[in-house]
This record gives sequence, C-alpha cells and structure tokens, in this order.
Amino acid sequence: MSSAASRLPEPLATYWNEAVETFTRQHDVVKIVALLLSVYFVYVLAGIGLGFPLRGQFNSIAVLTFYVAVFSMLTLALNLHWGYTGLFNIGIVGFMAIGIYVMALVSKPVYSPGGAASVGGLGLPLWVGILAGMLAAAVLGFVVALPALRLRADYLAIVTIAMSEIVRFSFLSDAFASFQLAGQPVGFGGGSGIILDYQDPLIAFFEATGTIGLYRGLVDAFATVIPNNPSPVVNGLVYSAVLLVFVASYYWLLKRTGESPFGRVLKAIREDEDVAQALGKNTNRFKIKSFMLGCALMGLGGILWLMGQGAVTPNFFRPRITFFVWIALILGGAGSNTGSVVGGAIFAAVLYQGPRYFQSLVSTVVDTSAAPSGFGPAVAPLLANFDPTPFLLYTVDSVRQLQLVIMGLVLIWLMHNRPEGMLGHREETAASIPLTRPAAGKPAADGGEADE
Amino acid sequence: MSESESGAASAPRSESAGDAGPTDARFPLQVEDLHKSFGGITAVDGASFEVERGTLTGLIGPNGAGKSTTFNLITGMHTPDSGTVTFNGEEITGLEPYEIANRGLVRTFQIARELQEMTVLENLMLAPQHQQGEALWRSVLPVVRDRVSEQEEEILDRVWETLEFFDIEHLAEEEAGNLSGGQRKLLEMARALLTDPDMLLLDEPFAGVNPTLERRLLEHVHELREEGYTFLLVEHDMDLIMNNCEHVIVMHQGQILTEGTPDDIRQNEEVIEAYLGGNV
Repeated sequence: MSSAASRLPEPLATYWNEAVETFTRQHDVVKIVALLLSVYFVYVLAGIGLGFPLRGQFNSIAVLTFYVAVFSMLTLALNLHWGYTGLFNIGIVGFMAIGIYVMALVSKPVYSPGGAASVGGLGLPLWVGILAGMLAAAVLGFVVALPALRLRADYLAIVTIAMSEIVRFSFLSDAFASFQLAGQPVGFGGGSGIILDYQDPLIAFFEATGTIGLYRGLVDAFATVIPNNPSPVVNGLVYSAVLLVFVASYYWLLKRTGESPFGRVLKAIREDEDVAQALGKNTNRFKIKSFMLGCALMGLGGILWLMGQGAVTPNFFRPRITFFVWIALILGGAGSNTGSVVGGAIFAAVLYQGPRYFQSLVSTVVDTSAAPSGFGPAVAPLLANFDPTPFLLYTVDSVRQLQLVIMGLVLIWLMHNRPEGMLGHREETAASIPLTRPAAGKPAADGGEADE
Repeated sequence: MSESESGAASAPRSESAGDAGPTDARFPLQVEDLHKSFGGITAVDGASFEVERGTLTGLIGPNGAGKSTTFNLITGMHTPDSGTVTFNGEEITGLEPYEIANRGLVRTFQIARELQEMTVLENLMLAPQHQQGEALWRSVLPVVRDRVSEQEEEILDRVWETLEFFDIEHLAEEEAGNLSGGQRKLLEMARALLTDPDMLLLDEPFAGVNPTLERRLLEHVHELREEGYTFLLVEHDMDLIMNNCEHVIVMHQGQILTEGTPDDIRQNEEVIEAYLGGNV
C-alpha cells in the first residue's frame, strides 16, 4: 500500500493512507458493507451522470449484485479448500456443472411430447433438486479426492482440472443427451444444452412460503417508477438480494467451521500435514470432509448462478470460471473468510462487470459503431498520421477481451506488492472461544493502552 | 467417523488394548528386526531393542546411523520392509501415524515443525486428543457447539498451564513462524505433551536450546518420567545422554551396536571406534 501511496502527491497520499488505515481497523462486516456501498455508489453515480434510464440503473444494480454474490459464494467455498485446508482445487467449474445439471435432471418437469424441451426431468420440487445437486457435487468431490488425497497437493490440482473437463465433455456427449431413468425419458441435452423449464424459482419460493402477495405488491410498487413491464426488473433485484442472503449463510457456516477445533485441524493440515498426523489427527478424513463440504457449496454456487437463466449449455463450464474464482481469492486474501467476500465482490464489480459496464457507459456517450474491426486498421492511422481515434475506439470496443489482460496485470501487481491479498492476514483464530487467558490473567481487554 | 471420539479430553488411553495386562508390561515399546532401505541405501538393517517403562532411554549413534529412520519406522511415517514394532502389547507396524499417536506413542521432530501461520496458542490447542469439536457437525450446529466451547475452555486452561510451565506465556499470541529455534523446540515439546502420551519419542529436543532452558526441560522430563512416562531420546550431546539416561542404545550403520548403562557404553571399545573412527 505504501508503495502505491508514495507515487501520489503528498496530500493525496495522506488521505489514501488514512483511508486504508481506517478501513483495516473496522470490524469485518463493516468492511464488507462499506466496500459494497462504495462500489454501488460508483456504479449509480456513473449511471446518473450519463443519464441512464431508471430501468437500466436497476438492472445494472441487479446484475452487479448477482455477480458479487455468486463470486463471493464460490470464493468462500474455495477458501475452505485452499485457504483453510491447503487443497489445490482447480476444478471448481466441474462441481458447479454437476450441481446445476443434477438439479435440472431432478426438478425439470416430466417429459411431455410436443413440449419445448426435447428431454424431460423427474419433476420433483426445486428444493429436492437443489439438495440433489449439492449432494452430487459432494459425491463427485469424494470420488475425485479419494485417490488424489493420498498423494500430495499438486496431484489433486491435476485430477480436479481433468475432472472438470471430463464433466464438461460428458455433458457435451451424445451418450448422455437422453436416456431412461425411472421409466422417464430424461437427459442432459448434449451440446445444445438443457432447457430449465421448471417454474421460476423465485415465484416457486414465494408461493411455497405463502409470501407471493408480498412479491406482487413489490412489483406493483415498482410499476409507479417503471410503468412498462416492471416484473423482470423486480425479479432480478429480488433474486440478487436472495443471493446475498446465501452469501451471508455461506459466511456464517464457514466462519463457524473455521473457528472451531475442526477448522484448527484443517489449518494444521495446510501448514504441515505430517505434524497433524503426529498429533493423532486422521488427516485424510478431515481433508475429505473439508473437500466434500466445499464441493457441495460450489455445486450450490453453480445452481444459484444458473437456475434462473432459462437454459444451460456445457460450454459455459470452461476452466476460465475456475480461474476467475482463484483470482477473486488471491485478491481478497486466502485464509480469510472476510477476505474471500471482499475479493469476490471486488473481482465481480471491478474486474468482471467493470469493463463491461465501462464499455456500455462509453458507448452511450461516444458512437463506437465506427470502431475498426481488427488490430491492424486500428493502429495504422496512429502510426501514419498520429490519429489515435480509431485505436481508442477499438480499445473500448474490445474491452471484454481486454478484461483478461487487465486481470493478468492486477495479478502481477498483487504478487509484487501484496501477495497476501487485501485481507489475507490469516488472523481468524481457529478456536470456538476467544483464546485469552482465563480468570486472573490479562487485564480486561478494553484496549485502553493500545491507543496511546 | 470422528463422531465416536467423543470421550472426555482426559479419557484414559485403554481403548486399544482393552485389559490392564499390556499397560503393566515392563517394556511398552518393543522393536524387532526392523529393516528399511531407500533405493540402494540400507538405512536400518535389523534393529531390535526394547524400551523399559518409566525410563529415559537414549538412542545415540554417528550421523547416518539410522536413528531418525528408526523413529520414522516406529511412528508410522515410514513402513518397514520387514520387522515389527509393538507398543503396549499391540503390534503397531504399518499403522498410520495418527493411529500410533492415538495409542499414546507421540514424537517430536528433529527440525522443529511448528505450524507457522498459526499462533502458539492455536498450535497447542490442536494437540489434546478426543476433542468433540473435531467433528464438523458438532462445531457447526448451534446447541452442540456450546458443549464444544465448554470443552475448549478446559483445554485452554491446560494449554495456559503448559505455557507457564515452559515459560513461554509471553509468546502465546505470536505466530509460531516468528519464534526462535529454541522457542520452537519448546513449543514442539509442549505440544507433544498436551496430547497426553504414554511415551514420548524426542528427536534431538535440546538442539538450539540455551543451557538454562535445557536444564529446565531436563528437570521436567525427569519429573514426567517419575510420574510414569517413558522417553526415548535421540541426542548428539554425549554428556547429556550419559548424565541423564538410565539406558543407552547405540546404533551404527543401521544396526544396534550395543546397549547398556551409560557406564557400560563409556567403556565399550566398539562405540569409541564407531564415533571416532570411520564415518563420523
């Protein structure tokens, strides 16, 4: 941080340092909320500044929240694997795929000839499908881990990435495109994907909990500001808010897991597995439990990401998503649950959605339709008569492609300047109680002298 | 499942053998005809010895004699090519290291292996056996977690006592990776003791520890020995071995050269030969 500050002019540097210091002093929840609010502030401010319609504003908030939530969930799950247990899982996307595909298989309505979907499902309720998807991801984790955990860390990495590609190719294959299960024609649809033609999960949830009236009321309320068909907007906002509740649940679960004797053994395995063994811990069992839990959470992450999207195709599950989650974890700081949420949020807001949002902002101001279609035509005027316009247009037009370059640069910068990530201090104590001295030990910890 | 490990933190360690017979045995640790080679090198070549209950037994030998490998074979870190290890009347050859540790045979490492990015307190809290909270569901579910926390309080009390004993309370919140070499040795010994073992295998526990601390540690070892703990000690400091051990085993080139009281060893020509001649 100091190196960043040193390049700024004096007063700015002071502000920056103060801001960083104040931020790191805060309670973890405050950090997360403050960060999220400032990201939203920037998004909304930019939207207002450019006179975006209200509908677009709400949509971009919903989309932003959606990605913040899914990346936070996946990063939290990865943190359990890597940050806590030292398990090098680079097959995240495979567990996501298993989650959503099994969920679709279980919850899609039974095949009816002449329907839109070429294959059917088992027609069970959504929550059964979600549980089945998580269970399937956990079981796949078990199968993958069993041989690999006996070997050392790198082997798990190789096995997991291979697994995630095997999963993708299996779903692509015609062999599983349609088959019979329990007398029903079901299937995964092969390369053309699978249509998620079950009831809208959000509506199903509100109906099941008897709160559908509340939801309708909300839609009506929005109709006053967005008169034209408000329900997709409301749907997006509510769904992303529900995802935030899931993030909170992940955080709660993993914090408790980490701050416990169980989490202590996981940390010990991360540091030195032989020592944990020498102290009588059955490390393989701990590793498998931790791995299965993380995989189930990744499966759920995949389900929540895709269940409302209408359809899934196997090629969504390319390894790049796995690496996105890794970037988020490295950004936030491996070993810290708070860091994982912060990393997921920053990744989603700045590196994932940021360039796209930036592009759409620019294209509302500048007409980018004249952008050259290739690198050559873009650079030629710059070299010939110092005209930068085509090059800039080209850059803005290909911001999505540049996204990966930006991610790479951020990673390199991090590795040089802050390899432990933003909050990777690993100070989340692995015990279910505060480890202060009992009874007549320390003076009461009201921190009086620490401020002096 | 580890759910079954729900006994109290201080549960007596009798589940493996069952009756009282083996624990009365005079020789808790019996090693018979161990062989181990790595590639073409024979590290341990037919080692047999016994360790008597309640003694401090020293295992000495020149570098490369096979002492550390013997430790690794006893504690399950390596599997012997042939031979058996018996602990408290039960054969433990080929068991996993954690299974051996759970039977009360606990080791420390030659180069201290503290868990670097964990605090000293966390390192020590890890050690006690039969922690309920090591079952994931107990640590997570609301009501049962309170019971876990109660047990954590008890463990924490023991940990602080141990910290005081080893005089490292001031390091409690320090990350173990920041400790000095000697402090790491202390931490490692403290951690091994907190597992509540029957017998401790100490691999050069005094290397890098200052003389005052060394004396203190030795006093403590003797105290524990009188309480009935058994120690097997690898050490290079001959004076230390000769002045503190009741029984000394000398290894040379993977075999047991000789064993006996320190006086016997001192006068043994072969030992002098092994240390001063050939490969020191």
